[in-house]
Parts: sequence; C-alpha cells; structure tokens
Amino acid sequence: MMDFPVLSIMTFLPLVGVAIILMIRGEPEDVERNTKHMALYTSLFALAFGIFVYKGFEGSNTDFQFVEKIEWFPALGFTYQMGVDGISVFFVLLSVFLTPLCILASWDSVKTRVREYMIAFLVLESFMIGTFCALDALLFYVFFEGVLIPMFLIIGIWGGPRRVYSAYKFFLYTLLGSVLMLIALLTLYVQNGTTDMQVLMENPVAANMQIWLWLAFFASFAVKMPMWPVHTWLPDAHVEAPTAGSVILAGVLLKMGGYGFLRFSLPMLPDASVLFTPFVFWLSVIAIIYTSLVALVQEDMKKLIAYSSVAHMGFVTLGIFTLNVQGITGGIFQMLSHGIISAALFLCVGVVYDRLHTREIARYGGLVNNMPRYATVFMIFMLGSVGLPGTSGFVGEFLSLLGAYKANTIIAAFATTGVVLGAAYMLMLYRNVVFGPQDNNDAAAMPDIDLREIGILVPLAFLTIYLGVFPGKIMDKITPSTEKLISDFQAHVGKQETPAESAGAEAIIIGPENKEGSHD
Amino acid sequence: MIDFNLIPVLPEMFLAMAAMGLLVVGVAHGNSSTNVISWACVSALVIAACLLFGMSWERQVVLNGMFVFDNFAGYMKLLVILGLITALAISGRYLEILRMNRFEYPVLIVLAGIGMMLMISSNNLLSLYMGLELQSLSLYVLAAFNRNSLRAAEAGIKYFILGALSSGMLLFGTSLIYGYTGSIDYGVIGATLSGLTALPFGVIFGLVFILAGLAFKVSAVPFHMWTPDVYQGAPTSVTALFAIVPKVAAIALLMRLLFEPFAAAQGQWVQIVYFLSLASMVVGAFGAIAQTNLKRLFAYSSIGNMGYALIGIVAGTPEGAGAVILYMLIYMVMTAGVFAIIIGMRHDGIRANHISDLSGISATNPVLAYAMAIFMFSMSGIPPLAGFFGKLFIFQAAVAEQYYILATLGILTSVVAAFYYLKIVKVMFFDESVEPFEKDIPFARRVVLFVAVVFLLAFIFRPEAIVGSAQSAAASLFI
Repeated sequence: MMDFPVLSIMTFLPLVGVAIILMIRGEPEDVERNTKHMALYTSLFALAFGIFVYKGFEGSNTDFQFVEKIEWFPALGFTYQMGVDGISVFFVLLSVFLTPLCILASWDSVKTRVREYMIAFLVLESFMIGTFCALDALLFYVFFEGVLIPMFLIIGIWGGPRRVYSAYKFFLYTLLGSVLMLIALLTLYVQNGTTDMQVLMENPVAANMQIWLWLAFFASFAVKMPMWPVHTWLPDAHVEAPTAGSVILAGVLLKMGGYGFLRFSLPMLPDASVLFTPFVFWLSVIAIIYTSLVALVQEDMKKLIAYSSVAHMGFVTLGIFTLNVQGITGGIFQMLSHGIISAALFLCVGVVYDRLHTREIARYGGLVNNMPRYATVFMIFMLGSVGLPGTSGFVGEFLSLLGAYKANTIIAAFATTGVVLGAAYMLMLYRNVVFGPQDNNDAAAMPDIDLREIGILVPLAFLTIYLGVFPGKIMDKITPSTEKLISDFQAHVGKQETPAESAGAEAIIIGPENKEGSHD
Repeated sequence: MIDFNLIPVLPEMFLAMAAMGLLVVGVAHGNSSTNVISWACVSALVIAACLLFGMSWERQVVLNGMFVFDNFAGYMKLLVILGLITALAISGRYLEILRMNRFEYPVLIVLAGIGMMLMISSNNLLSLYMGLELQSLSLYVLAAFNRNSLRAAEAGIKYFILGALSSGMLLFGTSLIYGYTGSIDYGVIGATLSGLTALPFGVIFGLVFILAGLAFKVSAVPFHMWTPDVYQGAPTSVTALFAIVPKVAAIALLMRLLFEPFAAAQGQWVQIVYFLSLASMVVGAFGAIAQTNLKRLFAYSSIGNMGYALIGIVAGTPEGAGAVILYMLIYMVMTAGVFAIIIGMRHDGIRANHISDLSGISATNPVLAYAMAIFMFSMSGIPPLAGFFGKLFIFQAAVAEQYYILATLGILTSVVAAFYYLKIVKVMFFDESVEPFEKDIPFARRVVLFVAVVFLLAFIFRPEAIVGSAQSAAASLFI
C-alpha cells in the first residue's frame, strides 16, 4: 500500500518515451540515433521501476500490493485499478527486463522506419505491463487486446517474406479468441455489477453458467498460450517476426495466456475448471508430445524453437490445472524460465541471422570453431531449454511434472516423455548448428559475438543459471500467493449451487459459438 | 386546443428560412456565390446548434402532437448538425475540383438536415413521413448531383426508385396502423396498444411494413441492396454525407417509434429487429471482404455497423438505447475521419478510390496513414480506441438482457470485419508506395481529422461524460 502510483508510472512511462520520440526533429540519421537512445533509456527507466517494485514487494503478503484505485467509470462500476501479487509481479519484471534487450537486439538489424519501430516496442511494453498489473477486468481486456496493434505492425512491417500472412493470422486468431472472452467478461459483469477482479474472484457465478464462461475464456487463453490445436499461428508468427518481435512474443505474450488461466479461469470459475481438468490435461499432453515430434523435423531454426515453445507451454497448462501447489508454482516458474530461455534462444538465432540472413539449420555448422563465445552461451540456453538440472528449465518442468504426478499418474507419465523428446530436438539443433563439419564457407567466416551481443545474452545466461541454482529466491514470493489461490479455490469449488431459474438454459445457447472459437 | 408554442421548433424554422433565403441569394448571384453560401450554411447550422443549446430540454409536445422535443431529440439533433457541418467542411475543395460547386449543394444539405431533425422529433406517423421525405428527396438530388457522370445518375435513380418503394411500404404500414388503432398519433397508438390483451393481426402487419420501410433508410439487410451502388456512384462528398448523417437520424426515428408508440408490441418487433441486426452484421462482414473500391467497402461496413447498432435496440432497455446513441456518435466520428481521407485521394491526378490507391502511403504521407490506421483499428473494435467502447456497451446491453447468441454471433462477425479493416492497414503499411497523395490537405479537413483522431484516442480517459449524456438522452425515451 503506497501513495506513490509506481505501477501506473511504470506502465505509462514508455508512452511518455513515445511522446518524446515523436518530438525528435533533425537530420534523418540524428533522429534515428536519438530515437534508439531514447527508447533504450525509457525502457531502462521502466526496468528500474520494475526492480523497485520487486524490492518493495513483500513475499509473505498474499494480498495485492502497490494497489492503486481511481474511479474511471463510477456509474457503471468500472474502475482503474492496478496491483500486483506473487503471481503477476514476475511477469511484470519479465516484461520490463526483456524490452531493453529487444531494443538493443534491434540496434543494428532494424534499418527501416526506426522511429516507428521503437514506438511500436514502447507501446507494446506499456500494454504488456498494464496487462499484468490490471486489477479490473475491463482494464485487463483493454491492455490484453491493445497488444495486438503494435504486434501486428511489428510482424507486418519489419517481418520476413511471408509477414503479411503471418501478421493476419496472428491478429485474427487472437482476436477471435479474445472477443469471446469479452462476452464472458460482460456476462460476469452483468452478474456481479462490477469488473473489479478481486470482487469477481470472491463471487464465482453459478456452476452451470461457469461452463460456458470457462469455454469462452479458454478460447482466448488457449489461443494466446498457445495450446494444441490452436497453436498454428505461433510458428508462422515467430518465423516471420523480426528477432525482437519473436523475443517479446515468446517471452511475454504467450505468458498472457497462462496468466489469464491463473487470474480468471481458476479463481472465477472453479467448478468449471475442475470439470475441464482432464480435457486440459489431454490437450497439454498432446501438445507436449506432438509438437516435440514436429520440432524434431524442422529445418528452420526459428520454427523449431517455436514448436518447442508450444511443447513447453504444454507443461505450463499441465501444471496450472493440477490444482496443487507444486503444479501451479511449477507452471508459473516454467513460464518465467521459458520467458528467459526462449527469448534468449531467439536472440541467439538473431545473432547468426544478422550475419548470414538465413535461418535454415543446414546452412550453418561447426560454429564452435569461429564463434566459441557464441557456442558457449547458446549451450547454456540449449541446456536450459532441455531442462538440465542447474538451469531454470529444470525447476519448472520438474515441479509441473511433480504436480501432475500427484494429480494423475498416467498423464504425468506421458508428459515426461516430452522431456526426452525435448532433449532430442534441442541437442540436434545444437549439434547441427554449432558442431559438425564447417561445410559452409560463409558460415565459417562469421565473426564471433561482439560486445553488444554479449551484453544482451549474458544477463539472460546468468538468470538461467541463477534461477536454476537458487529457485527459492523467487519461489518464496510466488508460493504464498499460489497457496492463497488454491485455498480460495477449494473454498469456492462446489459451493455454487445451480439456481432453479433458467440461467442454465440461456447459458447453453452460447455453446456452439464457443466451441467454434476454441477449435478455429 | 390550438397550440402556438413554437419555441421547440425554432431551430428547424430558422434553418428552413435560412435555406430558402440562401436559395434566393444563390439564384440572384449564380454559382459564383457558392463559397459564401457554403459558409453561410455552416453558420446557419452553428446557430441552429446554439438555439438547441439555449432551449429547455424538458419534454414538450407541440404543434398539436405532431412534434416532440426532449432530451433525446436534442441530443440526436446536435449529432445531426455536427455531422452536417463535418460533411460540408470536408467537401469544399472536392466540389471545386469536380466543378460541382453549384450553390444548390449546401442548401440541399441544409434541407436534408431539416428533414432529419423533423424525423427525430416526429410524434406522429404523418410528421414522420413528412420529415423522411424532405430528407430523402434532398438526398436523391444530391446523389445525382454530378449529373455528367453516368454512375452518379445511376446512383440517384436507383436510390430514388428504391427509396420511393420503401416510402410506399411505410405509408401502407401507416394506413394499416391507422385502421386498427384509429390514430396516427404516437401517444394514442401507444395507449391503444398497451390497452389490448392481444395485438390485432393488422397492427402487426402494419408494423412489419413500417419496419421494412425504415430498414431501407438505415440500410439493414435484406433492404440494403442500394447502399453499395449508391455509395460508389455518388460523388465522394455526397457519399461522406450519406455515411455520416442520415443513419443517425433514421436510427433515432426507429428508436422513438419502437420505444414509444410500439413499446407494447416489443415481443413482435424484437424478432424482426433481431433478424435485421444479425443479417446486417453477417452481410456487412462477409460482403466487404471481396470489395476493392473503398466506397463500396465502407458501404458494407456501414451495413455491418447498423447491425451492431440494432443490437442495442433489440436489448430494448434504456442502457441499450444509450449504447445505440453512443455507438452512432462514435461511428459518426470514425466515418467522418475516414471520408476526410478518402475524399482527398487521387491517382495520376485523377480522383481515385480503390484500396490499392492507398498503397504505401505510410511512407509518403505518414500522418494520413496513421490517422487512417487509427480509424481502422477503432472500427475493428480494438481497445483502447473509442470504437471498442461503442461495441462494448452495445454487447453489454445485449448480454444484460441475455441475448447471448446475438452477442456472440455479432462479436464473431466483428472478427471477420477486422479482416477487411486490416486489409486497409496492410495496404498502407506493408505494400510498396505507388503514388503520392494529395499533399496539401485543406484546413477544414485537417481540423476534422485532428478532432476525430483526438476523440478516438482520448475517449478512454474521460468516457464518463459522453456515456452519461448518451444514457440520459436515451432515458428520456422511457418515461
């Protein structure tokens, strides 16, 4: 509880940076350079605020902290409300941490429309922070959906050859899911008369209503996550997006889906969540095994990592819906760890892509000879993605699987095979790119990573190992909130008697459209 | 009792006299006076708006029950006047270049405006018809104003014939209602209908005909066929007018008619409006996909948008009605902005309005491109732009009345619609530049663009004031 609206300042700081960038005048080269610097400083400021929030965050306190509340729309019960708890604070940190790295990573590789590019990233950062801080469902939706605009432009303007197709696919897929969530949010609002998420969490609606609302939310979060079978936009978007776009997409945007499950589906719709648990389990297991197999045969580096993301997100959904402490903290940890590792892997791809302008695995080989430093950091991330003990990837996967084992042994057994497959495709990628003969002369002539690239990759490598060795540092802050989530969940589940009136009958009629959304 | 209170009719009377006076001036001075008359018309509209502000917005029924003025009428009339001023403001340069700057043009717009204001205030099926026809006849002429163009002539004729047909249906419905209720006065019809236990078949029949006639005016499916052709054929400045204003008036008329005299028949008309709404959204969304002409595309877009507005009427609550008013306001602002851009388009020195003519303008004319992108994202309903809130309140009203299917299907069509709005963004930002745009944008058009962009961006910060006024205007329909 502080008077100083630190979360709002952090959220809107990037927009202030945008305003300043818009005012930069002068020669094109000067504008470009100043824009880059301004964008970097703005994002570093936001990072400083993020660290400040982290320092001030009390892990043992399970309430929302740094809460700000302003009447936005009093007559209708919409408020402007921000706050973080143990679940969201790390996603905020992830957002503010990755944005400066993205801006640095695009320093030389983006050559056209630099000003617009930086503006898009800062707007994106603002919306990402807002999504994780919002405590009002409408505010959350505004940020959640607003993210689409800058991301659409980033993929579409600065992307690869098939950028238009991918940008469309990304936008329309996500929008289709989200609009169904909007209807569900409005239904919750009509039932409760407010969009305050804390109130909505404390007052779940009738059980038969929950089913349809759950499906509507699921349509949105499953697409965002993305879960099998609605994951097909992700490989396209990743492949075509510029490096920094892929980093943000993998690092933060995918986490919005998991965050949504934790914030909306579980606390607000507990009965439906219990009902659909087996459904989510099987989708997760299919995602883990199937997309791992798909990843094995990819020839494009980015596509391989994109499919590995879907597989890793499978562990997250598995963990979240185990509904026990290990599973949920594991899911959250896995999201954070994946946010760091997959972001780093995309940056690693970006490093070689900037040099050779191809992502085809076969065009590389034997990079260890001419790029030893690159080979070292790449190895750390590769092993982190595999889930080697000592890296952050291990903690998340292990806890998710542990939770899954408690909930359903068979599912856990299937899911564990994903770990083996994960090792297979990551090691294969690493072998083909970094080891092996140097068949391609141009690849053999590439210079090793420079200082800027070291500056980008080393913090990520450090975090990968640090979180793998000392997971307790952040677990201490996540676990109390998770425990509260579960105790609230158990207090609410099964308590919503079905009212005799016709709420159920009307709820049924929204069914077919929802299914459409989730399978599309 | 004869009622001589003319104060509520003052704005209309003032505009009528101004229009006739300006017509005389125009006849005396010929087309050289067009500019002066245009500005005189704008000032007349501004004065009419001031008169509106100066009046008491309490409900008053004057002219022997023909004319009603209340909060709702005042609000909608202000919207109409605002739209007319915008339409006049953005068309100046265009008329000159096309040699259409004849003095009748602004006067006809004002006359159409009087018709719309009478429609909004009608309290009697006959005054409804009078207002509607005054509006329609002015608009028919405007559609064919570029008389040397074959397309414009076609648009005018098509609009006229179909419009006459719809007026005929409306009149037939009116006669049925008169036959079965014994009155054409809204108050008497309402009282008679609410006194009945079951509605006579003739009343339902008449209601269907009236609704069909009005559906033509709001271009709701299946009475939408004229819209794409008229939008495409009419001069762009007239298309802008068509897109911005008459629908506001027609929706207002529909709302008053359905919520006041036919409130007792809600069970009947809801089914019709439900269908109109759903069909309009679907046809508007899918019909626009294949379009290559921007004006045609926005014709379909307007069909779809009318479908969303009708959702609020289906909800049938004061909240729903308020949502409709808000939706129309936001839609008006977005359309005004869009047409302020389209009207300035040209290709190889010739007027152009194909989507491909926008290719790559983000490189040559970034300000226009970003403004257009904001309009497009807003029309797709992406937060934090105002278009999102328009849809939000519409769908909230529908969900509150448990129209889940309509809300869900409606919102799914908005995803389809997003596809073609994005197509415009794509063409502007992702494609190679072909041709620089008209560079020097006239001052009035800049103002319109600026106001529209600021409105759409800033709506989120202070929604309370605008939404509150729309809600209170809507509430006056439900007394």
